[in-house]
Amino acid sequence: MESFIFAMFNGVLYGMLLFLLASGLTLIFSMMGVLNFAHASFFMLGAYFAYQISEGLNFWAALIVAPVIVGMVGAGIERWGLRPVHRYGHVAELLFTFGVAYVIEELVQMIWGRVPVPYEIPDAMAGALFTWQGFDYSIYRVFMLVVSVAIFVALFALLTYTRIGLIIRAAVSDPTHVATLGHDIPRIFMWTFGFGCALAGVAGVVGGNVLGTEPAMAIQLGPIVFVVIVIGGLGSLGGALVAALIIGIVTRLAIFYDYGVGSLVLALGLEIDTTSMLRDFTRITTAQVAPVLPYLMLVLMLIFKPRGLFGTRDV
Amino acid sequence: MGRLAPWIAGAIVMMALPHVFSSGFALTLMSQIGLLIVFALAYNMLLGQGGMLSFGHAVYFGLAGYFTVHYLNFIYEEEVPYIPVTLIPLLGGFVGLFFGILIGYVSTRRAGTTFAMISLGFGEMVTALTLVLVAIFNGEDGIQTDRVIGEELFGVTYGPNIEVYYLIAGWCLLCTLAMFLLTRTPFGRISNAVRDNPERVEFIGYSSQRIRWLAFSLSSFFAGIAGALHAVNIEHVGFEQVSVLQSGLVLFMVYIGGTGSFVGPIIGATLLYFLQSTLTGVTEAWVLYLGVMFVAVIMFFPGGLAGLITMHQPIWRVHARLLAPLLIPYARFFAALVASVLGCIGLIEMLYFRSSRLSTETELVIFGIESDPFSAAPWIVFTGIAVAGGFAVRKTLPSAVSAWNTAIADARVLPRG
Repeated sequence: MESFIFAMFNGVLYGMLLFLLASGLTLIFSMMGVLNFAHASFFMLGAYFAYQISEGLNFWAALIVAPVIVGMVGAGIERWGLRPVHRYGHVAELLFTFGVAYVIEELVQMIWGRVPVPYEIPDAMAGALFTWQGFDYSIYRVFMLVVSVAIFVALFALLTYTRIGLIIRAAVSDPTHVATLGHDIPRIFMWTFGFGCALAGVAGVVGGNVLGTEPAMAIQLGPIVFVVIVIGGLGSLGGALVAALIIGIVTRLAIFYDYGVGSLVLALGLEIDTTSMLRDFTRITTAQVAPVLPYLMLVLMLIFKPRGLFGTRDV
Repeated sequence: MGRLAPWIAGAIVMMALPHVFSSGFALTLMSQIGLLIVFALAYNMLLGQGGMLSFGHAVYFGLAGYFTVHYLNFIYEEEVPYIPVTLIPLLGGFVGLFFGILIGYVSTRRAGTTFAMISLGFGEMVTALTLVLVAIFNGEDGIQTDRVIGEELFGVTYGPNIEVYYLIAGWCLLCTLAMFLLTRTPFGRISNAVRDNPERVEFIGYSSQRIRWLAFSLSSFFAGIAGALHAVNIEHVGFEQVSVLQSGLVLFMVYIGGTGSFVGPIIGATLLYFLQSTLTGVTEAWVLYLGVMFVAVIMFFPGGLAGLITMHQPIWRVHARLLAPLLIPYARFFAALVASVLGCIGLIEMLYFRSSRLSTETELVIFGIESDPFSAAPWIVFTGIAVAGGFAVRKTLPSAVSAWNTAIADARVLPRG
């Protein structure tokens, strides 16, 4: 039970980090129809900027400044890169962001090198906040949870109770209608894109020092964020939250409780042929399939319920 | 006869190439380009002709490769019926077809973004599985094989690289012809129609989903042939061959070459693989250049390189001399473009040099000139070239565009011949 709670805590933490990324992505997608392939690259930029800023100043400055810079970079890419491509259709836009993801990864390698950079947890938050039933709950991880929950609440309040949120929600459901009411849709697109990238930047700042700040971090996380928004249902922030938590918890539990298929086979009284080519199927453990699980869920979801859990329209 | 001319010319060029470039490096390079042409054309059956953007087409390429490697090893151990290496690619094709039918059934129900996402999901899933199922895929090491399994017709053993080159060239020509003829069939036409307007296709009585499924399966068949050829050529298959990186590479090849015309993927595969194999030894920044090239193509000429050529087709169809007034404006624009690109390359190379901490050299050689990236002079020079080139590009572009406009207008007025 104690270990279950600890695994759940880590799962929720990972899930909230995924949500920070997914929230921006789903906002961008539902408004502009652009599936931003480079979204995780902005997450990576957030981590690298935070590393650079915390080298010069400190972590708290990085927490504020790095997401702002990432947001500006994102808005710039939308303004001068994505907007001209818009007239060629959604597939061209998707391809554009795919190319941008490559370019950002290479630029990061060019500036910071191919090896991971030592982006550390700030000293003030290095220790354990409390120890419960033999498991250490570190200050920093609790801090991450607080930050991501705070952002979720702020985002929810922004979209529900402010005029900006009203316009954004209206633009999500019907951009042309909003344009006829006199709103500058391209500008709203630009700032939404930048804002979504800034959210990914926040995730990079708080997550980079735990997950490791290296050039491959975008490729590892990017596709999983796609899975989150598809399973949650495109355009649904609540769905993104639920899906992010499901994926976070399922993958962490699969790693934590390392059950194997082999024990199941033995329990059923079957024998294992250790020389067969298929022998590895009986050796699969849940920890090994953990990286596959999100994609399996994605494929099943798209086959049986293409709208996702809470989506109101097809992908 | 006129229709056959390009094919005969292609066959003659393929026959002659190894006599012109006979080094081992050139042979492997040309073999690899040959099979990548098959893969790229197969991919364009989806992207260009069927309107399906896939981020996981390397799955069929790679799985066929794995199957081929295992089959060759099993032949060696006399566990499976003997198949001559000449026909092994067909076996790979059927492996690709099998997985294409299977995965295509669930993924081609929708086109557009959904299809792209499912293809990415399957791509990631299979890549992750190759690292889990060690007995089949042997993890990160991949599997080795030996393509020499016995003597075939006319004493061919496929030991020497030249024999493998001709094997690949033959299959490449055959597959290219088959895929070209496919575009001329009613199926090829209706596949284009599904790309452009699936709703109307439904109205005239076709199921656009079944058309996509068929196109997907056929494309996987040819991708499988390419994968088997890869396994025979390299005698090794690893998880890189099924990974999303390989899928991305074929996407880059096809898109940069041009999705709109049949020759686009051929141009793209040839150019990009040639650049990749020659540049990776020279520069660290190859992937950056590739990404920038791809983004530039999407932003500025979405028709790709083949699109640039077909843009001029209506002009030289009327008369080749109409192209003459284009030469000088084009040359000016091209010179400006080359200058700005060279300047940027210089800057990027120096940045890479400074950031790679393992580097022990202090002198960097760019374009044959020794320059010290830790002094100011080369930075000023390259920045100057890049900026001046950039301005020249903006200055010369309008005259190049207006020259093309004039030429196309003239071509409309003049009679043919």
